[in-house]
Amino acid sequence: MTKVKSLADLKAMREKLQSNLDVREKAEHPESLVQIKVAMATCGIAAGAKKVMEHMMQKADELGIPAVFTQTGCMGYCHAEPTLEVRVPGKDPIVFGHVDNDRADEILTKYVQNGELVEGIIPVNYEVIDK
Amino acid sequence: MAKYKMHILICGGTGCKSSNSLDIIEQFHQILAEKNLQDEVQVIKTGCFGFCERGPIVKIMPDNTFYTQVKPEDARRIVEEHIIKGRKVPDLLYTDPENEQHVSDSKHMNFYKKQLRIALRNCGFVDPENIEECISRGGYEGLGKCLSEMTPEQVIAEVKASGLRGRGGAGFPTGLKWELCAKNKADQKYVICNADEGDPGAFMDRSILEGDPHSIIEAMAICGYSIGATKGLVYIRAEYPLAIDRLKIAISQAREYGLLGTDILGSGFDFDIELRYGAGAFVCGEETALIHSMEGQRGEPTLKPPFPAVSGYMGKPSNVNNVETFANVPVVITKGAEWFNKIGTEKSKGTKVFALAGQINNVGLIEVPMGITLREIIYEIGGGIKNGRQFKAVQTGGPSGGCLTAKHLDTAIDYDSLVAAGSMMGSGGMVVMDETSCMPAIAKFYLEFTCEESCGKCTPCRVGNKRLCEILEKITDGRGTMEDLTELRNLGNVIKDTALCGLGQTSPNPVLSTLDNFWDEYVEHVVDKKCRAGVCKKLMNYVIDPEKCIGCGKCQKGCPAECIVRTDYIAPGHKLASMRITTEKCLKCGACMGNCKFGAISVK
Amino acid sequence: MINLTIDNKPVQVPEGTTILKAARQIGIDIPTLCYFELDGMKFENKPGGCRVCVVEVKGRRNLAPACATDCMEGMEVLTHSARVINARKTVVELLLSDHPNDCLQCEKNGDCELQSLTKRLGIKEIPFKGEMSTYKKDTTLSVYRDMDKCVMCRRCESMCNKFQSVGALSGVNRGFQAVVSPAFDQPLGDSSCVNCGQCVQVCPVGALTLVDNISDVMKAIADPTKKVVVQTAPAVRVALGEEFGMKPGEIVTGKMAAALRRLGFDHVYDTDWSADLTIMEEGTELLGRLQKALKGEEVKLPMFTSCCPAWVAFYEKNFPDLLEYPSSAKSPQGMFGAVAKNYLAPKLGVKREDLIVVSIMPCLAKKSELAREQLSVNGNRDVDFSLSTRELAHMIRQCNLNLNDMPEEDFDSPLGESTGAGVIFGATGGVMEAALRTAYEVHTGKKLPRIDFEETRGFEGIKEATIDFDGFPLKIAVAYSLKNARILMNQVREGNPNGYHFIEVMACPGGCIGGAGQPYHHGDSNIIRKRMEAIYREDVGKPIRKSHENKEVQAIYKEYYGEPCGHLSHEQLHTTYTDQSDKLEATK
Repeated sequence: MTKVKSLADLKAMREKLQSNLDVREKAEHPESLVQIKVAMATCGIAAGAKKVMEHMMQKADELGIPAVFTQTGCMGYCHAEPTLEVRVPGKDPIVFGHVDNDRADEILTKYVQNGELVEGIIPVNYEVIDK
Repeated sequence: MAKYKMHILICGGTGCKSSNSLDIIEQFHQILAEKNLQDEVQVIKTGCFGFCERGPIVKIMPDNTFYTQVKPEDARRIVEEHIIKGRKVPDLLYTDPENEQHVSDSKHMNFYKKQLRIALRNCGFVDPENIEECISRGGYEGLGKCLSEMTPEQVIAEVKASGLRGRGGAGFPTGLKWELCAKNKADQKYVICNADEGDPGAFMDRSILEGDPHSIIEAMAICGYSIGATKGLVYIRAEYPLAIDRLKIAISQAREYGLLGTDILGSGFDFDIELRYGAGAFVCGEETALIHSMEGQRGEPTLKPPFPAVSGYMGKPSNVNNVETFANVPVVITKGAEWFNKIGTEKSKGTKVFALAGQINNVGLIEVPMGITLREIIYEIGGGIKNGRQFKAVQTGGPSGGCLTAKHLDTAIDYDSLVAAGSMMGSGGMVVMDETSCMPAIAKFYLEFTCEESCGKCTPCRVGNKRLCEILEKITDGRGTMEDLTELRNLGNVIKDTALCGLGQTSPNPVLSTLDNFWDEYVEHVVDKKCRAGVCKKLMNYVIDPEKCIGCGKCQKGCPAECIVRTDYIAPGHKLASMRITTEKCLKCGACMGNCKFGAISVK
Repeated sequence: MINLTIDNKPVQVPEGTTILKAARQIGIDIPTLCYFELDGMKFENKPGGCRVCVVEVKGRRNLAPACATDCMEGMEVLTHSARVINARKTVVELLLSDHPNDCLQCEKNGDCELQSLTKRLGIKEIPFKGEMSTYKKDTTLSVYRDMDKCVMCRRCESMCNKFQSVGALSGVNRGFQAVVSPAFDQPLGDSSCVNCGQCVQVCPVGALTLVDNISDVMKAIADPTKKVVVQTAPAVRVALGEEFGMKPGEIVTGKMAAALRRLGFDHVYDTDWSADLTIMEEGTELLGRLQKALKGEEVKLPMFTSCCPAWVAFYEKNFPDLLEYPSSAKSPQGMFGAVAKNYLAPKLGVKREDLIVVSIMPCLAKKSELAREQLSVNGNRDVDFSLSTRELAHMIRQCNLNLNDMPEEDFDSPLGESTGAGVIFGATGGVMEAALRTAYEVHTGKKLPRIDFEETRGFEGIKEATIDFDGFPLKIAVAYSLKNARILMNQVREGNPNGYHFIEVMACPGGCIGGAGQPYHHGDSNIIRKRMEAIYREDVGKPIRKSHENKEVQAIYKEYYGEPCGHLSHEQLHTTYTDQSDKLEATK
């Protein structure tokens, strides 16, 4: 390991390392972040939810969107897997179905960044009890 | 490097470790490997979360799920249900005692709601054995800022302006202490970290060292820079093996990264740290005793002045601060005095870590802003008194603190208000008592501790505390007189007035504060020979109700003192004569009461 | 200068003055117990532990120990407010509550500082009853330890460690069990203790006392089959008077000799005589070593004196590698014993077993010295018993005598004549000066231009000088306290960078006059000063002031020993040293 030689070095190192702790840091203030829950039950995984989630995490990073990704169980929209719920701060959550890589990009660039609606919205038919 | 989607944080502090948390970690590793998830889910051994009542703690990130009392065999369910399927495991979640509902997110737990974690900022969050996690949380930036942007005088000014006071007990202003030491010129000065945590039940210093050792290293280096010292010493009790290990690892990592050693961060400033082990004597928490112990002398205090700032370790100017104080320093520097200053009360800034213990639902380690009330701590964070009993008293400040009562519940606590109420901040022990506690017995308990831990150097502490303890024993044995109560108060005051060091000067606090707040209870012991809490054995009498006794004789057979005899009275409706206990011979073991199936025996 | 008021009286003191000293300056005598100072001898014990001297300082939260609190500008001190008196009394009552109530039989009865404090504070009963400390009693041949009486003043510990660097005693255990003890609770005799007895001299109570040999001596005197002779050391005659109400520094040589005769000793001799003998032997040995050195032969220099038995025990335990440096000459007590048993016994017509030799010493280490194997022949000791100055005083009182009323009498002959050189053995630097007086004249063959060597006198811990020995610069050093001796010994170990030829060492403050067997000085170093002045007065008053001019000494060489450092004197007047460092290993 090379030594840290200056404050600037130290800060650069922090920048580089910081994303490793994102999963934890973001959990501290999820309400200020875009929360994306991916349904990751058998049906979702079978439909490719895992790959989509990985892709989307990478994309969000690239776009610099402060998002926190969590996995969740079956949302009950097995017909529309992979499904995911997006909660933009200050807005109600929206559930998207049939999400593939392209749609995931769209969700991020159009809905999250610009507030435009994208195809594939599933009307919410449940209440969240676990706040 | 793999990018993990989820983190499993498992407490590796002493408490959770002793309830098998290392096995849990092992299980997680195995099961994740089995499911081929090791690249997606990271397992991190952290420091203490503070909620030790319900350890071992496992926290799943990023959804902040807080699992309590996890057993190694639960790891599989957590992986299969939560990690893979996203379904939380309900029976491992914390249950709110008020509404019996599961709380999954620790942010919504009452225990954490009112807390503000500055000193404990990284505890239960980072892997203390990984300096990079610490750096990515901004670790060592405070030191970097000092070395590259501030003069030593500015650092001291900042610490002074923050209003930070010593967290070890006395609450001496930290910046002022540094300034006094900085003023003294010498070829060698020392920064000493007091990690001789001695208050029974207090473990904040241990938790910080175990959970965030780098914050202490950073703070000591900052202090060294400001006072002109190049050597740091941590005086740590040898009974803290885990903290010692973590500290050693952290020190060697810091050296490896060039954050300790020569020319730190290219500033030309040299600083390094060594460990010194204490044998766990309570009095060695007193700074002069601590220094003598480090020098290889008998661990006993000497008179101040000279203060360590003038003549400390090896006769050189030394600055001694406690672990929790140091843990605050990097934050004071990075966030600034002004930020820090906004937290707390007028004269006590920032937060204080308390070790909550006793008859309270949520036992554990908490960090709260100064100025919070005892009520908030006990009823909100602490979840109230166990088993729905009545609150009676809270003992703060460790063995030499005082007992506060319900009338103090709404006092905003800080250094000064606690002293005004007859107790003290101490290092932050907080023992909550309910109606089953007998106050003279409690006072005696604490006195026994200070008697045991007195170094014996000065008369009031060596002999005086012993005599106080003996008078208390007389009282709890039912041999006390009203004159004893007068003597108790006089002697207590003299000890307070004449003892050499802080230990002796505060040791009568439990006695004096209980005399003040629970006078009636003392009088009951002395005059009525009664202990309302049913604690003082010698004041209890077992009696047999002759009307209820059927004369089966079971009590007699089981009596080790052979003090139960048969009378010649046969109660109406019974066939055999009733039994009677010869009180003078009774040992008060209670065996008879346990043996009686008819509820005829009671304690009076 | 600092201005303050004490009990509303203004006082001005230099910075760094304690409240205690400021108060004394204006006649306010704050009582103390643990505080102990030997002014001018760099010895101080102020742990601030007993809390007897507490005073009220306006604005201060708690009471302040006057002995260890410096005066500050504008301070307002109260030394006898109700709060102070109550606290002070309570503290002493606490001490008494853990102190055996056996004053009547206590060795320190009448000399006990706790006793006088109790009286002074008017304590009539002890409100506290409780557990009392009990410890094993322990004794060496010199020191008796009854730690039940210890008040944890730590004076003994400071003496042992700070003044002597012996390190036998230190605080052990915690809380109520805390006490001063050798490490691991081993017997004092198995520790690094050298029996200097200074712990006894400074103990305020009866925890550390001497081993009393009065009854042994009385028994011998009463035994018709025994002839009992006595020798008295130089420092005794300038201190014994204190026990009988005389002023410190009163010389009672003649009265003492008279009292000893009345006590029943058959012959009363003088250790000063054997001190002169010691100079003959030691001086000759020094000259011998110097002459060899001048010839370029290998020889151990510097030579150390060997009169002080605590010092002998000290180097045997701590410097086993340097045992060839000290002079092989026995101490004056030892020489006297050898002469008495070998030369005098036949003269008096008794077997050596029937001649009982008693020494009166200012010292407690002498009680241990006389038991050295090297000082016995076939199990019969050269000196049978050694009594301290204090024991002699007891004995005189016990036998219904008053020293004040004694006539002036002379010592018996032939071991009674002495010179001024023998007398000054009693003060630090005295052996050196006596040796120089003789060695100079023997070496140079010239008469000394001046008899007084001022450079060896006084209370400086280590004195150095270069003496012109007719062209040869003799480098000498004089030390008292074993800590200073250790400094010099370490120098020798490192190759004697200062090039000393001769070094005198005495263990006790100011030399034998401050010995542990002397009347208690209770920290008043003026008493020791007065004794020293008396020693030099006695010297000046002597018609002969050089050892080699002592007629009786010359006679015994002529008649018996032949010459100094000759064969017979080597056999009887010189000794050997053995490595005793295993006593230290045990505590390492």
